[in-house]
Amino acid sequence: MSTLLEVNDLVVRFYTQEGTVYAVNGVSFDLEEGETLGIVGESGSGKSVSCLALMGLIPSPPGKVESGTVVFEGRDLLTLKPDQMRLIRGKEIAMIFQDPMTSLNPVLTIGTQITESLKLHEGMNTTQSRKRAADLLDLVGIPDAYRRLDDYPHQFSGGMRQRVMIAMGLSCNPKLLIADEPTTALDVTIQAQIIELVKQLKDEFNMAMIWITHDLGVVAGIADRIQVMYGGRIMESGSSHEVFRDSRHPYTVGLLGSLPRLDSSGEEKLTQIEGSPPDMRNEPEGCPFAPRCDVREQLQLEKCWDERPPLETVPDASGAEAHIMSCWADIREGVAENV
Amino acid sequence: MSSPAMVADERKTRDGDDYILEVSNLKKHFPISSGIVFQRQVGAVRAVDGISFNVIRGETLGLVGESGCGKSTTGRTILQLYRPTEGSVKFEGQELSTMAGNDLRQMRRRMQIIFQDPFASLNPRMTVGSIVSEPLQIHKMYANKQERQQYVEQLMERVGLNPYFINRYPHEFSGGQRQRIGIARALALQPSFIVADEPISALDVSIQAQVVNLMEELQDELGLTYLFIAHDLSMVRHICDRVAVMYLGKIVELGPVDEVYDNPQHPYTQALLSAVPVPDPVVEDNRQRIIISGDLPNPANPPTGCNFNTRCPVVFDLCYQEPDPPLIEVRPDHYVSCHRVV
Repeated sequence: MSTLLEVNDLVVRFYTQEGTVYAVNGVSFDLEEGETLGIVGESGSGKSVSCLALMGLIPSPPGKVESGTVVFEGRDLLTLKPDQMRLIRGKEIAMIFQDPMTSLNPVLTIGTQITESLKLHEGMNTTQSRKRAADLLDLVGIPDAYRRLDDYPHQFSGGMRQRVMIAMGLSCNPKLLIADEPTTALDVTIQAQIIELVKQLKDEFNMAMIWITHDLGVVAGIADRIQVMYGGRIMESGSSHEVFRDSRHPYTVGLLGSLPRLDSSGEEKLTQIEGSPPDMRNEPEGCPFAPRCDVREQLQLEKCWDERPPLETVPDASGAEAHIMSCWADIREGVAENV
Repeated sequence: MSSPAMVADERKTRDGDDYILEVSNLKKHFPISSGIVFQRQVGAVRAVDGISFNVIRGETLGLVGESGCGKSTTGRTILQLYRPTEGSVKFEGQELSTMAGNDLRQMRRRMQIIFQDPFASLNPRMTVGSIVSEPLQIHKMYANKQERQQYVEQLMERVGLNPYFINRYPHEFSGGQRQRIGIARALALQPSFIVADEPISALDVSIQAQVVNLMEELQDELGLTYLFIAHDLSMVRHICDRVAVMYLGKIVELGPVDEVYDNPQHPYTQALLSAVPVPDPVVEDNRQRIIISGDLPNPANPPTGCNFNTRCPVVFDLCYQEPDPPLIEVRPDHYVSCHRVV
């Protein structure tokens, strides 16, 4: 496997009337071909913005990619001109969004919407593209596909609309599919349908995938690697087994502790993370999690307030996998495990 | 075979529990009308279609199901925010469905609601102090303004808000803090029963545990009874004593929460539970999922026979012919409505 995508020190800010929003503050990660990366974080953690930035979809103004590189197959996407980027977006990298109702155009038939990218990127004519669109709808499990090409989005249910979005995303055989909370608006039984579908199609199309979510349960089932974000920074990253079974960062530990489990009777009290997520209008000097961190409080670490901890590799159980995290406590004292 | 109402009655005589709420054969149909000048009813959305259950004093009963299954409507109909189309709701022995005016208003002191969306359920033009003290004014408690303010400050402190912020407006608070305001408002009249309508689903993951822990503390301290409406099945297992699973306006399964989660009997409950992701890759890799196809049918036009027959993996002839059977007790306190189980 070779590296498909390399994101280096990405910084994104929004200059609004209410001040500068420090949305993404130095995010670096890479993605292998065919790999699934799960990005987990709460609202405002910068998980969606960092992916919009690599698609070149940050609205500007007010947004601005301040620095960083996004290297996709040897090219830095951030330096491309808009028309060059347009050839990549939808063709090489496709994206599916959270709310299938607002991301489909309500006044165009879904046939028109799916065939648009086929005509643009693949140079197909109407007959060819309609046939391909029907095949795609069939592939994502929409019955009576050819006839439904002429239906409008409101004639589909939420789950069916998300299937249409997936069909659009897959239409040009992308190498990378970015899914931004694709199942958050759906019920659990429909979520299970969509997850099964995406898993199966991912193997069929041999795509790499970035799955953005706030639901730790969802990524546990699909991601090879997990990256936990907070306050526009990566807190911890590693194989999903490492991150869930041997979590090191106080935030990840706290997050997992605060989740009740379906498979155990919940007698004991949930451990809670005190305080609330950071206001992104203040540039965090040190670790963004410092105000809520119980490890910092226990150890009375002053450094957490003043200096950003670097992302460093921590030795894991097997020693083979890369487990990366950004925390002063673990690096210096090796205490996060005992919390 | 007995009707659902009779099943409920049998239970009462058998274990002699103290029921704070008794719901029997409750229905809420919303009319669909057509015509511009002369409106006439052309159909009805059967949001709640004949459900019966009791709530034991001091317990938390979970009401779960997918969106559109009627769980929120059930909560609101119990509180008479919607008037029931049919059926009875007895709260502390008194029939609510025929009650009106001042009598009903008096009952509302003892039953309150916490809403889902802490952004939409607080008036943006009112300060926290006036939001929390409004119920006290309506019910003419604490005639003295100073005493009232003192009580509101106590309440704010109890739910984890700094009383110093009493004159601030909702937009100055985060989502979790706003939900605390909503909880303080619900507690102001010292109710015995609270309907919590998805109180945590609009909150960030790290905030959900804070609110749930607060609700549990308050329950222990004040002896509250909760009807906890939710779609997060993991949280329901954590917080609830018993759980009722709803599908298309009906309860399909009801029982103690560990019993239902470990031994689900209805095919819908089985599918629902197997669809919930567990935050553990080892468990996820070894799980067998029951994927049910299709979507929830239109509640204005439910299928004939059992409601679940369009998606059920174990459907057979009877399911298309006979309406879904009443809740049958399959194990102690564990009730299921399914032709397969009968």
